[in-house]
Amino acid sequence: MHIVVCVKPVPNPEIAPSVFRLDEEAKKIALLPGVSLVINPFDEQAVEAALCIRENSEDSDTVSITVLTMGENSSKKVIKHALALGVDKGVTLENSAFENSDSYAIAHALAAAIQKLDPVDLVLAGRQAVDTDAGIVGLGIAEILKLPAITLAKDIKMSGNEINVDRAVGDGTETMTTKLPAVVTVAHEFGAVRHPNLRETMRANKKPIETWGPEDIGVEIGSMGQVGLRRVVERIYQPVRKVDCEWLTGDDPTAVAKILAAKLAEEKFI
Amino acid sequence: MIAKPILVVIELEGGTPSGNSLELLAAAKVIANDPGNIVAVCLSDEIGENIDSELSSCGADKVILIDDPMFEPYQADAWVSELAVLSAELKPETILFPHSLAGAESAPRLAFRLNTAVVMACMSAERVNGTVHWTRSCYGGNAHEVISLNTTPAIATITAKSFDLLPINRDPVPVVENRLAVTKASDIRARVTVKSPGTDTGMNLENAEIVVSGGGGIGGPTQFEKLGELADLLSGAVGASRVACDLGWCPPSWQVGLSGKTVAPKLYIAIGISGAVHHLAGCHNSGTIVAINMDPEAEIFKSARFGVVADCNEFLPALIQEIQNHYSK
Repeated sequence: MHIVVCVKPVPNPEIAPSVFRLDEEAKKIALLPGVSLVINPFDEQAVEAALCIRENSEDSDTVSITVLTMGENSSKKVIKHALALGVDKGVTLENSAFENSDSYAIAHALAAAIQKLDPVDLVLAGRQAVDTDAGIVGLGIAEILKLPAITLAKDIKMSGNEINVDRAVGDGTETMTTKLPAVVTVAHEFGAVRHPNLRETMRANKKPIETWGPEDIGVEIGSMGQVGLRRVVERIYQPVRKVDCEWLTGDDPTAVAKILAAKLAEEKFI
Repeated sequence: MIAKPILVVIELEGGTPSGNSLELLAAAKVIANDPGNIVAVCLSDEIGENIDSELSSCGADKVILIDDPMFEPYQADAWVSELAVLSAELKPETILFPHSLAGAESAPRLAFRLNTAVVMACMSAERVNGTVHWTRSCYGGNAHEVISLNTTPAIATITAKSFDLLPINRDPVPVVENRLAVTKASDIRARVTVKSPGTDTGMNLENAEIVVSGGGGIGGPTQFEKLGELADLLSGAVGASRVACDLGWCPPSWQVGLSGKTVAPKLYIAIGISGAVHHLAGCHNSGTIVAINMDPEAEIFKSARFGVVADCNEFLPALIQEIQNHYSK
C-alpha cells in the first residue's frame, strides 16, 4: 500500500501578530526575520494519520509513505521534518514556473505528480492550509484524478480495499466509507502529532528526496504560475482592529475579581 | 439577451432554509447585473411547504426544487454531480454556496469538475467594472484579500453573518420548477454508513455565547477543571489554545485557533493564553475579550477589552467566588 501525503510550507502561525507584515506589492505575507516557514499544522496531522495507518496495518512492512510538496527552499525543510517522523520518501515540485500558482494550478501539478508516483492507494492532506485558509487543493486533486473524497477525518480505519473515516462534523459522529484509491483530508480532531526522535532524524538523512519540475510531471508551463492564474489577488491589506485594553487592578486577587465581576454584570454577561 | 443566472445553493435544516442560505440571496442581489436572474436551488428529500414563497420573498427570482431521497443523508458526491448537470444546463455566471460543512466541500469539487475557479469563505462582494471582487480573510484574520475569478461559472462560498437579509418582499410571486434528480446511486462513491448525534464535549464551542479558554499559562490539566467550573457558572463552553491541546491537557476538539475551531461568542475569556496569530485567528471576532495573564506584555492584551495581570491559580478561584456572590445576591 502506498500513501501520498500532500504538505504545504506555511508561515509559522505561532508568531506574534506584531511581527506580521504584508508585502502589498507581492500580495502576500512579508517573510521578515523571525517568520519561518513550517509544515502546515493540518498537513502535519495528515502525516500523523499516514503513520497511524501504517502502525495499525497487519502488514506494516508493505505500507510506504511519500510526502509531496511544492515550493522553493523551504519545502526541503518541511520534507525533512516529515522524513524524521517516519515517512519514507519526499518529492518536491520546485521550479520558478510554479511560483505564485493559484489553487487550481497547484492541484493540477500535485495530481500529475501523484500519477507519476502511481500506484497510489491513498492521498492524504490537511483539511486546509492555515495561511490561505481555503481547503481547495485536496479536493481538487480528488476531482482531477476522479477519486472519491472524504473530508475532516478524525479517525481512519482500513479494511481490505475499503477505508472507513470518522468525521469531525460538529454535531455528533459520522462515518463515511469508500473504496481505495481515495483522497481523505484530515482535521485537527485527529489528535496530537508525534515529534521527531533522534533515531528517525538520523535515518531521515539517508532517505531520498526528489525534485521535479514541470517537464517531469508533464504539465504545461503556461498553465502554471502567474500566467496561468484563474484566481487573481487584486489587493491585500491588513484590517484595522483597534481595541483599548482597560487594565483591572487591585490590592489582591479578590479585589480584582470583584471589579471584573462588576464589569461582566454591567455588560449583562452575568 | 437575458443575463446569465446567479445560482444560489440553498441548504435546508429540517426542511427549511438555513440562515446562512437566506443570506446568500442578499449576496446574490449585491452582485446581480440584471434583475430577475437569481435562481435558488434546493436538493433535499424533505422540502418543506411554502419554501418557494419563503425563498422568493427573500430575493429569489426563480426556485428549483429537486426533491429526491438521493439527497438524504447529505453526501457531497450527490450534490456535486447534481449541481454539475444543472450548471451545464443553466450556464450560470456565478454559483453561491453557504460556507457550511456541505458548502466547504462541495464548492471546490464542483469548481474542479466544471474546470473553473472557486473562492472560499467570502465576507463581502462588489462589482467593479463588471468583475466581481470578493473579499475574504486569510493569514488567520491578519489580512484581507480581494479576489477576482476569471473563469465561469465563478464559484464562491459565503461566510455566515456576512450579508444582511434583504427586506422581505411580502407579496412574492414564486416561479417554481420541480425536478427529478438526475444523480444515480452509482455517482455516490463515498457513502455515509454511520450517523449518530454525539456527546463530544467540544461540540458546543462554536455556538456558545460565552467561551472560557485556557492556554499553556494555566499550568496543567487540573486547571481545566477550574475553567470548566467557571464556564458552567457562565453557561458557556470551554476552549483551549493549541499549546494546551498539544500538551495533552484537554481533548483536541477544544482547540480554538487556526488549526482548530473558529468561535465568535459575545464574551471570550482567555486565561493563560499569550495570543499568537494562531490563537487570535480563532477568536478575534468575539464581542468582548477578557484576558488574564501573568505577563503584562502578552499579545493577547492588544485584542482585549479588559485585562488582568495575575497568576490564574490565584485569580480563577477568586473570580468564581465573586461570580457566585453576584448570582446569590
